Amino acid sequence: MKQHSILRVTAKMLIPYILLFALYVQFHGDYGPGGGFQAGVIFAAGIILYGLVFGLQAARNVAPPSVMERLIALGVLIYAGTGVAAILGGGNFLDYSVFEHSLLEGHLPHGQHLGILLVELGVGITVAAVMILIFYSFAGRERS
Amino acid sequence: MSLTDAATQIIVILLLALLACTATTIVRMRDLWAAVMLTGIFSFLGACWMLILDAPDVAFTEAAVGAGIATVLMLATLALTSREAKKPPAKFPILPTAVVVMLGSALVFGTFDMPYFGDPSAPAHSHVMQEYMNDTVPDVRQNASHHDKTHDGHADEHDDFQHSDAHHGVGVPNIITAVLASYRGYDTLGETVVIFTAGIGVLLLLRGRPARRDREDDRR
Repeated sequence: MKQHSILRVTAKMLIPYILLFALYVQFHGDYGPGGGFQAGVIFAAGIILYGLVFGLQAARNVAPPSVMERLIALGVLIYAGTGVAAILGGGNFLDYSVFEHSLLEGHLPHGQHLGILLVELGVGITVAAVMILIFYSFAGRERS
Repeated sequence: MSLTDAATQIIVILLLALLACTATTIVRMRDLWAAVMLTGIFSFLGACWMLILDAPDVAFTEAAVGAGIATVLMLATLALTSREAKKPPAKFPILPTAVVVMLGSALVFGTFDMPYFGDPSAPAHSHVMQEYMNDTVPDVRQNASHHDKTHDGHADEHDDFQHSDAHHGVGVPNIITAVLASYRGYDTLGETVVIFTAGIGVLLLLRGRPARRDREDDRR
């Protein structure tokens, strides 16, 4: 799409805001609508838009498939690890009440809130990585 | 019925009519590229309708997945196949039509048993949800009143609030997030594992051969 300068300029202007909005949906999901799943999909949509306009290879350079493959597993690990951390803290699996702390009171989330932020982060990472990788494998195929 | 209610009703009827029109057009269309675009429009209309039903989280997902990702994946698939659908057989398909009509009637018959929209005695609102609401929403009210108190100079209330917050409720204003990530944390973990498995499956199916070819190229 080298000749479509309007598309390229518009995409370049939009992509930072799409990624920023994804982060907002991710970390504001406990106050407003949204959460890990939606944020992951929006983040992936930003990368996919980049891949559509600037070519698959450009997107692969920004979000390398090998890194994305690891991120798929990392997201699930963060989620399950939060649950295991709750057990180590003396509670049940995924019982975030044990994450009580008084570090930087009023600035850092704690307890249930911290647990929710962590598991949503895990969901977001896995969803974004899976969506980007599925796009790569669909767009990278040639007509047989 | 107030004026805003009437306006909402009109918008809902218009949206549902547009949904029906889009669906009919997609079915009758032979040009696959236009059909893919129309499925994107269909998802956006559905997202608008869910927003009117006060389900912004679902509307979000529908707009992002249905209109965004799914459309892109369909277009990528279209690049690998033909852009025109095959012509349907000229003969009228009697058996499939009968099956579809019967299934449709059964589904419509099933909706008669469903509770009305916003019915407070609906099963979804009457069992554990009541507890979740009581545990989550009052925290928000406490939070608001707590801020008023600190402004008045009662700073010592602060610690009491922090502790009650931890033991009685989740303390997250968006009740959907509270239910998904905390009360139903096991289910959401399962969902994340499903997405993980689906991603791995797609990768194994679609990328198996090109990756091996790359490796052989490297060896040469």
